[in-house]
Amino acid sequence: MTEPAGFSLEVENLTVSIPLAAGTLRAVRGISFQVNQGETLCIVGESGCGKSLTSLALMGLLPAKAVRGADRLTLNGVDLTALSERQMSDVRGESMAMIFQEPMTSLNPAYTIGNQLEEALRRHRRVSRTEARERAIYLLEKVGITAAASRLQQYPHQLSGGLRQRVMIAMALMCGPDLLICDEPTTALDVTIQAQILHLLRDLQREFNMAIILITHDLGVVARMADRVAVMYAGEIVETGTAAEVFAAPSHPYTRGLLQCIPIPGRTRRGEHLGSIPGVVPSLVGEIAGCAFANRCPHAAAACRSEPPARDLGPGRMVRCVLEPGALPQMEPA
Amino acid sequence: MLVYTAKRIVLAILVALTISMLVFSLLYLSGDPATALAGESATSADIEKIRHAYGFDRPVWVQYLSWLANAAQGEFGNSLYFRLPVWDLILERLPTTMTLGVSAMSFAIVLAIPLGVLAAMFPNSLIDRAALFMAVVGQAMPSFWFALMLIVLFAFTWPVLPASGSDTWRHFVLPTIVLGYYATPAFMRLTRTGMLDVLSSDYIRTARAKGLRPWTVLFKHALRNAIIPVVSLAAVQFGFMLGGSVIIETVFALHGAGFLAWESISRSDFPTVQAILLLFSLLYIVLTFVADLLNAWLDPRIRVG
Amino acid sequence: MSVVSNGLPTAQEIVGPTPGQRLRRRLFGHRGIVVGGSILGVIILMALLAPLIAPYDPYDQILTARIKPPVWYPHGTWEHILGTDQVGRDYLSRLIYGSQISLLIGFFAAALSGLIGTAMGIAAGYFGGRVDLVVTFLITCRLSLPVILVSLAVVAVIGGSLEVVILVLGLLLWDRYAVVMRAATLQVRSLDFVAAAQTVGCSTWHILVSEILPNVMNQLIVVATLEFAHAVLLEAALSFLGLGVQPPLPSWGLMIAEGRNYILFDPWLIAIPGVALFTLLLAVNLLGDGARDVTAPENRG
Repeated sequence: MTEPAGFSLEVENLTVSIPLAAGTLRAVRGISFQVNQGETLCIVGESGCGKSLTSLALMGLLPAKAVRGADRLTLNGVDLTALSERQMSDVRGESMAMIFQEPMTSLNPAYTIGNQLEEALRRHRRVSRTEARERAIYLLEKVGITAAASRLQQYPHQLSGGLRQRVMIAMALMCGPDLLICDEPTTALDVTIQAQILHLLRDLQREFNMAIILITHDLGVVARMADRVAVMYAGEIVETGTAAEVFAAPSHPYTRGLLQCIPIPGRTRRGEHLGSIPGVVPSLVGEIAGCAFANRCPHAAAACRSEPPARDLGPGRMVRCVLEPGALPQMEPA
Repeated sequence: MLVYTAKRIVLAILVALTISMLVFSLLYLSGDPATALAGESATSADIEKIRHAYGFDRPVWVQYLSWLANAAQGEFGNSLYFRLPVWDLILERLPTTMTLGVSAMSFAIVLAIPLGVLAAMFPNSLIDRAALFMAVVGQAMPSFWFALMLIVLFAFTWPVLPASGSDTWRHFVLPTIVLGYYATPAFMRLTRTGMLDVLSSDYIRTARAKGLRPWTVLFKHALRNAIIPVVSLAAVQFGFMLGGSVIIETVFALHGAGFLAWESISRSDFPTVQAILLLFSLLYIVLTFVADLLNAWLDPRIRVG
Repeated sequence: MSVVSNGLPTAQEIVGPTPGQRLRRRLFGHRGIVVGGSILGVIILMALLAPLIAPYDPYDQILTARIKPPVWYPHGTWEHILGTDQVGRDYLSRLIYGSQISLLIGFFAAALSGLIGTAMGIAAGYFGGRVDLVVTFLITCRLSLPVILVSLAVVAVIGGSLEVVILVLGLLLWDRYAVVMRAATLQVRSLDFVAAAQTVGCSTWHILVSEILPNVMNQLIVVATLEFAHAVLLEAALSFLGLGVQPPLPSWGLMIAEGRNYILFDPWLIAIPGVALFTLLLAVNLLGDGARDVTAPENRG
């Protein structure tokens, strides 16, 4: 089977369900997207929309009770759903890697940085300890850590949060993965450090030509990092497109609501009320009749009682809404 | 780490001194020790003679200090019953108790830790419930009764093991099982809780995300962190075992320090009783000190600071 | 602007069980609590109704009916359902009256040590500083003492009896209370309502009793059940070694000691009181574990 040049991750109709006493929690209800080499896809949504579970589902790291389903889940043409756990562990850390939200607790306190870095490489490649050590130093320097060689002897508790996150990034890159998944990598960090880490990720992506999936709830991060955006709500992707498209012309009422919630310097007048989206996210236990956003949508109509179709608005541009794009009132011009 | 050690040493010494005072004052619980020593049919002249001979006529704190000074040199006087130096008596019996303690501890660890790990890996499964059941049974089972039942089973019904004495290794099998089983529940629960905590931690998620093999995640990453509190517990449990050895050794007539303690207590052999009490307490203090150090050394956050 | 509901109840419509109902559900849904509680209830009833249900006087020596086997043995009779001991006392009656001893000792020893340990622990946790230092030091000293040996030695000197055993155990078993109450108090102390009470000017005593104590109560209950079991176990061991409750009291531990010489041919003499002890201890442990599960499931294990 001939593969297109470059790498890609293809996801079609991914679902994650968790059986509870009260019923089945459908946390991810059939999402589809694609990430290509050298591209950053931002999955943005509020807490509980299923974005973290999506990333765990891709890596095969879901909790034991959760059930993953997908029509298609391929990485570089390899069907991830068909892999055994052992084969999947070969893929993890090697072709796809992940960094998490809490750098303070994501490193084992009992072992040195060097030990944990080298271990990531030696698990997948037959290299000597010296070679592993050299690669570790190389990557530590790449992520902006000075005096890398002496850092190897240090323990995680001796580093600050920002430094630990850099170590996590270096550790993820030890085998040169094609795909890097970042689950809210800067949320737990100081604002100044946030910018540095994002900048670092951008640089690394360019240098190593990686694909990045960046999961976040922060639209500012999206604006800075995304080539393409997927907006998630209640376990579904409600809108996708390039960053420019989604920001300039948001086509889903939820996306619009989100954008109206944030003050934009230069646009939002002083004293002006920020928008808010009334209502709460519906329970994801059991089936949801119709559009999940309907009970909070200012444009809801009778047609919203049945599941809205995914409208194709162009290459890579999708909206899950019954309304015609032109039917929405214009957003205030910049 | 150095400061930590120094603090611990000072604490240990203070505790040891306090215990020594308590042990020393045990003699005075019955009132006048000279009267107690002299016996029922003694005249007041006899009592005075004994009082002077043993130095009970000196001020209390002088008696304590001289007792302490002697104790530090291993000089506890003679046993009232055997008329032999107490220290020699104890030294003769101590190896038996130590053997029992070490083998019981090993039994407990070999049984409890794998069970605890398995129970944590498969929570609410059959093995988890079995492990917890075993722990509850172990906590509810009086050790002396368990000992007697085992004797009935293995020394009488199927005579494969001796019921009493301490000559061969066979004599240690049943005592080891009883004493070891006594300590197993605590180890199992601690390992299980510790592993459950650790297995749900973020760094284990990271380890899995790196693609590490399950065994590596379990042993190199998880157990290494979960084992730290178990080390402290091992010292505490060994201390309890020393106490429990009194019962076990007595039931099995194992000639160890615990049996000697009980015999001496029954015979009001004060010097021996005091010496053994002091010894067991000191052993416990030393063990907890070592466990604290090990604890600190195992956790880089304390070791490196 | 119409808002379409998707069929799920709004916030106002959701009605749930009251906290009381929820607690009851958790209590009775927990198998350990139900089993342990029932068994303990039966034993308590047995102890309370002993004069009514025991077929004989437990001290009555019927020398013509010595060492009769229980009814399920070939030579057993229904006259003595659980047989008789070496001086002809009815075993069933002794068993029933023995429950009184175990329960009494367990309760009072746990209460006494609980008083001491809780006071120390809460004081250490609340006042901190030097009080904490002293209490922690005392706990360390107490932990370094081998309890069994000390109890044996003290009882040997003073003389054994029910009261002495309760006193000795009560004065020795306070360590876990102190440790747990101290930790619990430290947790509660930093909560806002304590600061609020202090700001308002409540007296220290009032704060300790009305604010702190209710919030550490659930942990106290867990420790109390475990120390109850501990005391029962220790009394049995002490009596077994001859330095606890004295004959002719029907302490289960003492019964085991008295039956020890006959284990070769008449093993029921030690089996029956042993099973009784085991059952009581099992019930209390199950209750304690259950209490821990219900009040703080995260401490499970």
